[in-house]
Order: sequence, then structure tokens, then C-alpha cells
Amino acid sequence: MGTWHDIPLGKTAYVNARLVDPATGLDEPGALLTDGETIVDFGPGLFADGVPDGIEAVDCNGRCLAPGLVDIRVQLREPGEEHKGTMATAGRAATAGGVTTMVCLPNTNPPIDDVSVLEFVARRARKLGLTKVYAYGAATKRAEGNELAEMGTLAEAGAVAFTDGDQAVANAQVMRRALTYAATFDLLMVQHPEEPALSGCGVMNGGEMATRLGLTGIPRQAEVIMVERDVRLVEMTGARLHFAHLSTREAVEAVATAKARGLPITCDTAPPYFALNEGAIGSYRTFAKLSPPLRTEDDRRAVIEGLKSGVIDCIASDHLPQDEDAKRLPFAQAAFGGIGLETLLAVTLELFHNGHLSLNGALRLITEAPANLMGLPAGRLKKGGAADLCLFDPDRGWKVDADRMRSKSKNTPFDGHLVQGLVLRTVVDGRAVFDQTGKDA
Amino acid sequence: MSVLPSESKPFPHRHLLGIEGLFPIEISHLLDRAEAYVEQNRQADKKKSLLGGRTVINLFFEASTRTRTSFELAGKRLGADVINMSVATSSIKKGETLIDTAMTLNAMHPDVLVVRHSESGAVRLLSEKVNCALLNGGDGSHEHPTQALLDALTIRRRKGRLDNLVVAICGDILHSRVARSNIHLLNIMGAQVRLIGPKTLIPGGAAALGATVHHDMKEGLSDCDIVMMLRLQTERMHRNYFPSVREYFRFFGLTYDKLASAKPDALIMHPGPMNRGVEIDSEVADDIGRSAIRQQVEMGVAVRMACLEAVTGNLPEISGEVV
Repeated sequence: MGTWHDIPLGKTAYVNARLVDPATGLDEPGALLTDGETIVDFGPGLFADGVPDGIEAVDCNGRCLAPGLVDIRVQLREPGEEHKGTMATAGRAATAGGVTTMVCLPNTNPPIDDVSVLEFVARRARKLGLTKVYAYGAATKRAEGNELAEMGTLAEAGAVAFTDGDQAVANAQVMRRALTYAATFDLLMVQHPEEPALSGCGVMNGGEMATRLGLTGIPRQAEVIMVERDVRLVEMTGARLHFAHLSTREAVEAVATAKARGLPITCDTAPPYFALNEGAIGSYRTFAKLSPPLRTEDDRRAVIEGLKSGVIDCIASDHLPQDEDAKRLPFAQAAFGGIGLETLLAVTLELFHNGHLSLNGALRLITEAPANLMGLPAGRLKKGGAADLCLFDPDRGWKVDADRMRSKSKNTPFDGHLVQGLVLRTVVDGRAVFDQTGKDA
Repeated sequence: MSVLPSESKPFPHRHLLGIEGLFPIEISHLLDRAEAYVEQNRQADKKKSLLGGRTVINLFFEASTRTRTSFELAGKRLGADVINMSVATSSIKKGETLIDTAMTLNAMHPDVLVVRHSESGAVRLLSEKVNCALLNGGDGSHEHPTQALLDALTIRRRKGRLDNLVVAICGDILHSRVARSNIHLLNIMGAQVRLIGPKTLIPGGAAALGATVHHDMKEGLSDCDIVMMLRLQTERMHRNYFPSVREYFRFFGLTYDKLASAKPDALIMHPGPMNRGVEIDSEVADDIGRSAIRQQVEMGVAVRMACLEAVTGNLPEISGEVV
């Protein structure tokens, strides 16, 4: 079947760029050459004498040319909940966000607990030719937390790691067996650290604000209890475990302690947990209803400290589309989750603009670091590597407007926020899949 | 405490409860005696009167066909009177405790009790209560000494030795008494033991028993002389030791492809009963040149005759009044 991305590609020269590559610490003016789907060369001296004939030149106007972003926590909603999002709408949101590689959670319908579903996702993503899609396999059958899924077979078919997605593997014995079985094949497990018996029917962070709003709280201890339990299970089984979206000071400290003890534990957080606190709920804004819930200002600061110290290994968008019907409800009845692909870069760059991290330091958390963690061939500028690029202006300010999101569902917790850092062009395998360089003034 | 073997009594033990703690010379003695019985069992006249007048009771609290039959034949071929008791017909079903059953049988002056029980340590418990000799026919996940001995005899006959062989034991090591007895025996006799299986089915501290642990079949089987497959109990699946039979077979089932990394003359063994297509491919199981599975069964009778001979040789002439 002939589609636009089957047309053979020539050579493209990205000139007058600020080359930024967190993997090597590169940050200087230069140019980059792609040939077909790969990066051929890059560096400060390249095309100093002009671009030869026959090579298409793209003037970067001194903007940052970086590896395409890597997002390891995305819900595509396809198959099963196409009214909330599809691979195509998620792909367009991702490319608009500068994301060239993403890893999707297995809690689709049917869930990714079977090779056929995994292959369906891979086939659909290939056909779209937008952002590259990798998938987690479910750790348990139907991601129900009871019986082990066929992790070995799924890993052979390409599953990058194993998780029950937005649900914790709650039963300690099941988690123990899942970790032990995963260790057989040296597979990475990913846990949503929340003790469901404690979070219960809570809808926001437990504490003063929940009390004032008259909403049921999710105690902060629900997170650290699960982290601490799983740290012991990692110690017991020798498996590799990654905790998703840490949100509390105690959990960050627990991971720091576990790492100091040399355990094979890593973790990430999501932009809402270092850019927002529970105050964002204001008067019952359901777009700020997330899982885990937005926490206190002290927690937000602890998450930033964790990112600075390296206790938190990377940032993932936690992109979770919910349609309007799922959000336009009384707070307690509304669904959890927010979209995040299109704001990943700009909100992460707050860490740079606010002086917490260098530009490369912030960018590393959404490129090289998550790619290395999942063992993906992405997240760095590499000669001979895939030409997956993100051209962006780190300083350009813009206002997040839910209605203008490319994602099918518009539920961004950052609606109305002023952010800095605009994606101008996104390149996947040498092809510009998103381009608003015309807007670059 | 093990009794040191002496010239006059090459197997000085009253019972055979396990392999752990036996001396190489004791194991060799049992295997040598079994060797002689292999020949006898191939004659038209298989019967000897060595145990004439002796009574052997097969007390099986757990279902078994091959082991019970093997012990029964062994006893009968040595001229003993053999009685089979299985749990389905015994007073255990009526609520009698294990020890009461044993004491009741003991009062009938049997010479040997062959006991199989689903609980580890149950045979040891009985051995403390009875006057007769006791042979462990398999207790829980603890030991199955006669299986290890018949495996050793099979290997010795095919390979000419036990020392310096590389033996890979594959599958559900965690629940296997066969694996434990074999690990002990092979270590005592100087073989090198590897355990292969998913991490969920390898018990903690396995390395301390004298084995190296592998989770990849091809890696674990590389250049090995003997491949011992274990039976996988599929009901374990629901307790999350493995996700499905098809995944188990894919990674841990013995196929020609995986076997290719073993030595070209590597011997395939299985204690039975086999699950074809679960832990072993049918073709491999039926490979006449490489599979020793049928031979293991033949060796079983001979080894059990040797064990009956050895323990009855240590019984007092008169057992005295029962108290």
C-alpha cells in the first residue's frame, strides 16, 4: 500500500542550529545532515562553507536541534476506547510535542497481555508512520493482578517491560512471583505504586484541602507503603523494578534509600507532580484529578529535589486521554488522568527556566534517560542512528489552551498555564511529521 | 549421624530415608548389587528366596503406580510376602493418625515398610516409631532416594561412570523430591549438577546444595552429558509459578533445538509420568538412541531389590515383643 511515507527520502541539512544532545553534553552551534532515515553527520564545523547542491537545507534560525523526545508512559486508548483517543490522534499529539518514541501502557481493551494485541499495536503504529510506538506487556492476565501473563513470549515479541498500567499489582505474593518470573528473563517490571486498599474510593490527596472540599482523600502513605513493600520484594527476588510517577516526598526518600543500598530500582515522575500541587484543583477542576493525586507544595519541592539529585531517573508525560463525558462530572465521579504529550517539553523546561537544571540536564530526563531505562535505540544524536529529531525554541512562551490540543481528548491539567518552550519541527526517521517553523519569528 | 561403613556391612543403615549423608561407598554398593539384579530380572526365573519369610508392606499415602509396582515386584522377586496398602482403602480415611496407622502395622511384625507420603518428613517421623526397616518411597518435596539410585544406575550403565559428568536437572526443582535426591547423589559421586528452570521454580539456596543455577535452557544444557527432565504439575500454573503451558514449553520444554547445545551423546532422562508437549517434546522422549526413560524403569526394580536386601541385612533375627 503506497502512503506518503513510502516516498524515498533524499538528504536534508539542518543548518544554523544550536545542537543539543544530553547524552554527550553537546550544546553548541552547528549543523546536522540526514540521509534517508538516518543521521549521517553533525557538528559545529559541518557545512561551514555552505550546503552543497542536491541537499535540502533547513534553516534552524539558531533554535535547539535535539534528539526527539522519549515518553515512556502513554495511554493510546486504542484498541478499545477510540472515543477517547486513537493511535492516530495520540500520534499527532506526540509529534506536536516533539515526542518521537513512546511506550504505551497495556491497559487497552483487550489488554496487551497477548502477542496478537502487541502485534496489532505495532502494526498500526508502523502504518501511521508518526511517533514510534513501543508497548508494555501486562504483568498479569487481563492486567487484573491475579495470574501471571506470558511475559517471556511477550518480551520476545517486543514488549519492553511489564506492568499492570494504572493499577498496582496489589497482592504481595502475585508481585513476588511476577518479579521472580521476570527475573528469569531479566525483564524490567514497572509498578504504579499505590496500595489500593488505602487509596480506596479517595479522589484527591488526603489532608486539609480534601477536608475543606469535602472530598475523600487518598492518604499519601498509600504510595510509600507500596514502594517500601516492593523494595523488599526486589531485595528478595533480584528483579529489576521501576516505579512510575512518584508524587510524595516519602516515596522519593524511600527510593533514594533503596538506591543507596544498591538495589536495581529506578523511578520516574510526571510533569504535574513537579509543576503543580493540589491547589490546582481549585474549585473542583476535574482536569486536575490525576492518579496519583496532585500532592502538597512540600511534595512538589521534594520531587524537584529528586530530579536534581538523580533519585528520580526520568520524566514521563503520563498521557491519559479522558473524553468530556468522563470529566464533566462532579469531582468524585469524574475519571482520573490528564493528557501530557503536547506539554511534556515546555513543562519539563520549567526546571531549566527556574534554575533547577541546565538545559541539557532537563532535556536528558525526557530523551536519553528514559531511552536507556527501557533499552530503546532512541534519545540521542548518533551518526548512523535514526533521524529522530526535535527542533524547538526553549524560550518561546505560549499559553496552554485545552481547546487547541491536537489530542482527541482535551483534558490537560495545564489548561490556561503560561509555559516556555515551543516545538517547531518534529522529525521521525528523517521525515518532518510536525512542522510549524513558519510560526518561528 | 551416619555410621561409618565397615568391611562386613557395606550398607550399615537400618532405614533408607534419603540420599543426603550417605557415603560414596554405600551408594556404589547398592548400585553394584542392583547391577546383579538387572541380570537376574532378565532371566526366565526371576525369583530368589533371599527374603523368604520376610514381610514387606507398601504403605502409600499418595497415588503411585510405577513406584508401588516396582517395589512390589522387587519384594516378590526376592521371595518376600508383599502387601500393598493405599490410602483410598486404609483407615487413614477413617481419621486415624499417621502414627497410629504405623503403630498398628508395626504390631503385625512387618520386616520392611515402604512409605510414600505427600508431606516432607513424614517418613522420618514414622522411622522413629517402628521396629522394622523403612524405605522412603518419596516424601513431599524432600527425598525420593530409590529414584536417585535408579537414575544413577542408568547413568553408570550408559556412561560407565558417575564422576566428572555434567548433569542438567530441568524444570520444577522447587517441588521436586527427585531433584533433591539426585542433587545429593550426584554431588556425593562427583558429578557436576546444573539446575535449569524459571526462577519461580528454583528454590532459594539451591546453589548451596551444590549446583549451579541457569534460567536459559541452551545455556544450561551446553556441553552436558545428562539431561534430566522433571514432571511439571500443571496445577502449579494457577499458583503463579508460570503463566501458561505453552510459554513453559517454549522456554523450558526439551526440544531438539535446545538439546543441540548438549553433548551429541547426551542422555535424556525423565522420572515419569511424562507430560508430552509440556516439559518434553514427544519426538525427543521417544528417541531410542538418546532417551533412557524406559531403561530407568527397568533399573527401578533392580535398585529396589538391592535396597530391600541392604536394609533387611541389618534387621535383628528376632524383633521381640511389641510395646
